[in-house]
Amino acid sequence: MGIPNILFLLLLIAAIAWFSSNAKKVIRNIRFGKELDRSDNVAERWKTMGRVALGQSKMLTRPIPAILHIFVYVGFVLINIEVLEMLIDGAIGTHRILSFMGDFYKFLLSFFEILAFLVTFGCVIFLIRRNILRIKRFRNKELNGWPRSDANIILISEILLMSALFLMNASEQVLKDHGIGHYLSAFPGGLPVSQYLSPLLAGLSDEKLIFIERSCWWFHIIGILGFLNYLPYSKHFHILLAFPNTWFSNLDPKGKFTNLASVTNEVKAMLDSSFVPLPADPDKPVVRFGAKDVFDLSWKQLLDAYSCTECGRCTSACPANQTGKLLSPRKIMMDTRDRLEEVGKNTDANKGVYQEDGKSLQNYISSEELWACTSCNACVQECPVNIDPLSIIVDMRRYLVMEQSMAPQGLNLMFTNVENNGAPWQFSPADRLKWREEGS
Amino acid sequence: MSMNVKTMAEYKSSGEEPEILFWVGCAGSFDERAKKISRAIVKILSHVGMKFAVLGTEESCSGDPAKRGGNEFLFQMQAMNNITTLNTYNVKKIVTGCPHCFNTIKNEYPSLGGNYEVIHHTQLVQQLIDNGQLKVRGGAFKGKKITFHDPCYLGRGNGVYEAPREVIQKLDADLSEMKRSRAKGFCCGAGGAQMFKDAEKGNKEVNLERTEEALALEPAVIATGCPFCMTMMTDGVKHFNKEQQTKVMDVAELIAQDIA
Repeated sequence: MGIPNILFLLLLIAAIAWFSSNAKKVIRNIRFGKELDRSDNVAERWKTMGRVALGQSKMLTRPIPAILHIFVYVGFVLINIEVLEMLIDGAIGTHRILSFMGDFYKFLLSFFEILAFLVTFGCVIFLIRRNILRIKRFRNKELNGWPRSDANIILISEILLMSALFLMNASEQVLKDHGIGHYLSAFPGGLPVSQYLSPLLAGLSDEKLIFIERSCWWFHIIGILGFLNYLPYSKHFHILLAFPNTWFSNLDPKGKFTNLASVTNEVKAMLDSSFVPLPADPDKPVVRFGAKDVFDLSWKQLLDAYSCTECGRCTSACPANQTGKLLSPRKIMMDTRDRLEEVGKNTDANKGVYQEDGKSLQNYISSEELWACTSCNACVQECPVNIDPLSIIVDMRRYLVMEQSMAPQGLNLMFTNVENNGAPWQFSPADRLKWREEGS
Repeated sequence: MSMNVKTMAEYKSSGEEPEILFWVGCAGSFDERAKKISRAIVKILSHVGMKFAVLGTEESCSGDPAKRGGNEFLFQMQAMNNITTLNTYNVKKIVTGCPHCFNTIKNEYPSLGGNYEVIHHTQLVQQLIDNGQLKVRGGAFKGKKITFHDPCYLGRGNGVYEAPREVIQKLDADLSEMKRSRAKGFCCGAGGAQMFKDAEKGNKEVNLERTEEALALEPAVIATGCPFCMTMMTDGVKHFNKEQQTKVMDVAELIAQDIA
């Protein structure tokens, strides 16, 4: 074992440790949310995850990005098999330890090169779509600043990682042609992409080629580890969280909203004098009706926020957004994550206990946004990873109405009518059957 | 002329039980345009000789607009009072004239103690046609272009996309789809209690965006299955001065006209 292996192992341990530490924080943040049971219907949950996350079924409604995304997704997942080999090589100081598989190894490397090419192609088109074609859903103002940079950083990183792979293989091709050491035996040669790049390196000395090969190897593996650690800070976290997020999907009909149990207790007590509500638990905080802050949302709603990759399909289908209203379902998810991260940092800075900072989710999401929603479920339908922005909107409306009495005037009038006449309009309940008279 | 519509109370006093409760809904009871839809539904039920009842003055708002508007208290008050009424009459099966009542009673009443088989009127009509009870002549709308606007709480909310379409196709009409239809259907703008408040600031009304899309097909009829969509689409058609060319009709009205 030489110095490079020790260096590599230290790097690997550091990368895993850093990622674990951040992953733990994310899990802790998600657990700030309220309890919710999503452990039922296990078979249906696996099926949903298989169909929606693994099978990308909801991407297909928009075929062009769906195909490009499949390239990047399949490429990235499968090329990680090669990364596995690199990890072993790096740890024990071998070169291409799996090359003993012979023809099959060549087949794998060829396949990976084709995938890497498709990944690169996909990422280039994605960059063009975002920055040159300026497709509408990538131009909303909630993407200004970091979210836009985040997207570009991810795409450029992936292109660089793939380029390193090609350059590495191309330099190995030349070294093999020169009959140098283990390159001759371990590298199969004649791969579909790198063989066309190798002539560009043909004039270089063997030392330089080995330097390029080693540099690309290190760049690729450090890049992968860096990318892993970038995820918790990025919208790209979806590549991991899409799986649990779809597993924990809401399996009920989309039209069904939750019935607040806290309200049920109160209403039963009002309607039925014999109803005895459970005694209040002094250890539990006072029940809040609806959501003011991330603590009032369920853990699934918070997982939703971390799973969002800001693709904007929700927003581009939202009738409010498409008619110029302030509401953007994507922004609801981004705001929820931003506030949750703020709460998390606050908690980290205060020895693990959140200190009231005088802020809430209401500082991020305005009532004008909330009141623009038609509850049509288009955003929920569109989301490729089954995120539910509508449930957050409704929970926040509940807080506005039931805790702050801040419903729009028209709604207050409607509530009064329902209360007094049993109808949202001012009609007498005695007239309810008049419709059966023709011309009534 | 008054239609023969008996109430649950009347059934009870005569010692009989209806097959199904027709939940009319507030719009179907009070809104001028929607009352015609209620009458069309009654016409269909009477035509096939189904024993149905309404709650009449005992019916009260399902609570949908209160719930979507964030007033969970009011919703649950309404729900529990309605459940008491429905359970008193031992109601088993309900057909609604409105997707909002349909969704609320079907999905949100059970955990509060109200368990019923709930169907939307387009589903009932489809069942009646399928089992041969309702014969459609297919004359009134033969060859006419009809486009169906999916109500959100029927379509995306509960996955009912085909029933209204199959009914329309039985009319031998030329069913023509908007680009945004079925799961991709575009809201009329009334849901989520928007019907009862001013729209937030924007650059277009949602109902005009949707009506424009429907009118681009130059249909004879924009069909729907929701009294709120009815209001929004009718306003939209008026806005574009297309009332002469395009009518907005409920699926129940299409059938009622065809069996006339």
